[in-house]
Amino acid sequence: MYAVLSKKRIAPDTYDIWLSHPDIYRYAKPGQFLIIRIDEFGERIPLTIASAEKDRVRVIVKAVGKSTYKLCAMNEGESVSDIVGPLGNPSEIEKLGTVCVVGGGVGIAPLFPVARALKAAGNEVIGILGAANKDHLIMVDEFRPFLDRLYLSTDDGSAGIKGTVTNPLKEVIADYSPVTIWAIGPMVMMKFVSLLASQNDIPCWVSLNPIMVDGTGMCGACRAEVGGEMKFACVHGPEFDGRLVNWDELIKRQYQYREEERVALEKYVRELGEKDG
Amino acid sequence: MAEKFKVRMRELDPSERVNSFEEVALGYTKEEAIAEAKRCLQCKHKPCVSGCPVGIDIPGFIKALREDDIEKSTRILKDANNLPAICGRVCPQEKQCELACVVGKIPGSEPVAIGRLERFVADQNISLETAVKPSVNKRVAVIGAGPAGLTAAADLAKEGFSVTVFEAFHTAGGVLVYGIPEFRLPKEIVAKEVEFVKSLGVEFRFNQIIGRTIPFEEIKNEYDAVFIGIGAGAPRFMGIPGSNHNNIFSSSEYLTRTNLMKAYLFPLYDTPVKIKDRVAVIGAGNVTMDAARTVKRLGAKEVHVVYRRSEEEMPARIEEYHHAVEEGIIFHWLTLPVEYIGDINNNVTGMKCVKMTLGEPDDSGRRRPIQIEGSEFVMEVDMVIEAIGQTPNAILKAGFPAVRLNKWGSIDADEASGRVDEGIYAGGDIVTGSATVIEAMGAGKRSARAIKSYLLRKG
Ligand SMILES: Cc1cc2nc3c(=O)[nH]c(=O)nc-3n(C[C@H](O)[C@H](O)[C@H](O)COP(=O)(O)OP(=O)(O)OC[C@H]3O[C@@H](n4cnc5c(N)ncnc54)[C@H](O)[C@@H]3O)c2cc1C
Ligand SMILES: Cc1cc2nc3c(=O)[nH]c(=O)nc-3n(C[C@H](O)[C@H](O)[C@H](O)COP(=O)(O)OP(=O)(O)OC[C@H]3O[C@@H](n4cnc5c(N)ncnc54)[C@H](O)[C@@H]3O)c2cc1C
Ligand code: SF4
Ligand code: SF4
Ligand code: FES
Ligand SMILES: [Mg+2]
Repeated sequence: MYAVLSKKRIAPDTYDIWLSHPDIYRYAKPGQFLIIRIDEFGERIPLTIASAEKDRVRVIVKAVGKSTYKLCAMNEGESVSDIVGPLGNPSEIEKLGTVCVVGGGVGIAPLFPVARALKAAGNEVIGILGAANKDHLIMVDEFRPFLDRLYLSTDDGSAGIKGTVTNPLKEVIADYSPVTIWAIGPMVMMKFVSLLASQNDIPCWVSLNPIMVDGTGMCGACRAEVGGEMKFACVHGPEFDGRLVNWDELIKRQYQYREEERVALEKYVRELGEKDG
Repeated sequence: MAEKFKVRMRELDPSERVNSFEEVALGYTKEEAIAEAKRCLQCKHKPCVSGCPVGIDIPGFIKALREDDIEKSTRILKDANNLPAICGRVCPQEKQCELACVVGKIPGSEPVAIGRLERFVADQNISLETAVKPSVNKRVAVIGAGPAGLTAAADLAKEGFSVTVFEAFHTAGGVLVYGIPEFRLPKEIVAKEVEFVKSLGVEFRFNQIIGRTIPFEEIKNEYDAVFIGIGAGAPRFMGIPGSNHNNIFSSSEYLTRTNLMKAYLFPLYDTPVKIKDRVAVIGAGNVTMDAARTVKRLGAKEVHVVYRRSEEEMPARIEEYHHAVEEGIIFHWLTLPVEYIGDINNNVTGMKCVKMTLGEPDDSGRRRPIQIEGSEFVMEVDMVIEAIGQTPNAILKAGFPAVRLNKWGSIDADEASGRVDEGIYAGGDIVTGSATVIEAMGAGKRSARAIKSYLLRKG
């Protein structure tokens, strides 16, 4: 059992959660993830490791369906049955020069350890953080010490530049010629950032988050076409060069279980209602 | 002269079982078991024993059963086999112990139903005094809690070693819990047999993927010996165009969702599994039958097994094939899918296939399937499960740098002892490629013996 040590709401649907874990901190590197199973009935929920310290590990979770709602509803002192991690390959961090990190929505969280490590490796790091609106722009202050320049964007213009992250990215490419881009966020965002990178001939790491089951290379649920080959995101990734990813196919795979997800969430909400009433 | 035929085992009616995950084979009653036990001739030279990879004293346990001494019978079984209730259900007995049985050699006569008797005795749940105190000051790490790992762990614990099993999943059993369906092997049975292994003093550490969550080097340094039994867990895909369409799954994914994550009880359990109307399952092995029968039970209207060779070359056990036929699974022989077709939402809608004919024998000794020109046709399906085999996991290559691999990507281990390197042993599917539960157990047993003598020699 792994206890919830603390929980903080950092955006309307997003929670910053620390869980107890005896040894993830010894091995976790930026770019890696873990899998949580809440209880006997739970499914396996992949989440990026936002940070890890002695005996504890941090995840930033956006409540989007049954399992993430349930996780976000857990309180200090409660615990989850299982945590497996770290999984996936670490980001390839080295000194490259000027780099640009782009985070969108809850993808800002997994970007954080990458940005921090890039800075520590001696790079000039330019950050672009975007969200739907001001309230969803998370972790901005945490990023500041590790960024040489910071751009914010929101869809509604309530903070930073109005529009998507590709607007400031065009500027950054023109003004600073970054040698590599990292982009983590919704698949559609990663698709358009990759397109821009491709047009400008800049390598662009993206972190793929397809539907996973085991997370250990055993099932092929997380497969994606990258550079014309079949790759399993959990063991060959999760980071790939976004310029090579078949995004349209992957985005459609993401919605495969929409009907089942609706059933699960409705049942959960109904049960909550019964419990409260 | 003994009865010619095995005492029949009662089965759930096909019409009833296609709607449930209840166990199909119902087991013997005591009277039936004793009647079957009487068919055994108690041969002095025990040919059947040599057919059993773990060397159970078969006439011995049968004799005790006949004398109604279930405790003694259990003891004899568990001396050699830590997981008898499992083996009694899933061993391909017809190719092993029963193949060697003298009664089966009599023309027109069936061998003694050794597997069914083993199952009966094990199911009586006699608990034996077991706890062994670690008496040898040596620690052994076992990686993987499948049949190979569980057997090695139990045997070493019986010898007084202190044993820790590291398992990637949240529960023990390997393929027994994530692959073989509930209706052939109830998970409660696996849990009970795992409890027996625990009762021997074996410690389990779940959610640990060695080579990923803990480096292999660390385990190697911390323990006096290591046994690697991590199975052949990576799915193979045909790799034909359109493979990433929605509703195309590997059998590993489909069965893991259904069995390990209990998606057949969705939404009580959170993990979903797709259920469609017209499903194609590719292959013709035991895994194919399991996948086909599973998806039928979940509610698919039509389930089509598609295989590129003919019925004669089918690798599945005949018994499982018959069960599948009884349950209404439709078989298409000499048919090879060459491309998946999808709609605008990327959902699979059809499968382009070609018809095959059989040519000269290939490396496997089976006649090679050859495409018949101009035989293309489209099979309309809304879901596909590829069940064409597993290969060693990719993590292995990255996570076990010290371990020698052979050209198939399996661990290169000595056949007799499982020895890979000083203090490192391996066995089961990770060495042989996909094989059987009992062969994996046999390998675990041989390695346990080798580890024991290595550690005692080392002092
Ligand atoms: C490597 C990786 C890292 C991730 N990191 C984070 C993170 O740091 N923070 C965060 O909030 N989310 C993260 N996710 C996404 C998170 O796993 C899903 O939001 C979550 O599993 C949804 O579960 P649910 O039951 O709440 O929602 P559901 O209603 O079941 O699904 C909502 C949507 O989430 C996605 N999803 C559903 N099940 C899975 C699954 N088993 N695996 C992956 N995606 C799924 C699908 O796109 C689905 O349409 C990550 C995913 C991956 C693969
Ligand atoms: C669907 C299906 C049906 C089958 N039916 C039959 C049958 O009826 N009869 C029969 O005899 N055989 C059957 N088999 C074959 C049989 O199950 C296998 O041969 C047998 O389970 C192999 O045992 P093993 O211990 O080598 O590996 P596995 O059973 O694969 O167990 C390996 C274990 O190691 C764990 N693991 C993997 N990597 C790591 C790691 N790095 N660190 C820690 N743990 C790890 C896995 O999670 C797993 O629990 C079937 C196989 C399948 C897939
Ligand atoms: S373990 Fe398998 S091979 Fe051995 S006696 Fe039992 S059924 Fe036969
Ligand atoms: S060979 Fe058959 S008859 Fe002879 S002892 Fe073994 S099980 Fe009994
Ligand atoms: S999640 Fe199963 S192979 Fe990646
Ligand atoms: Mg869900």
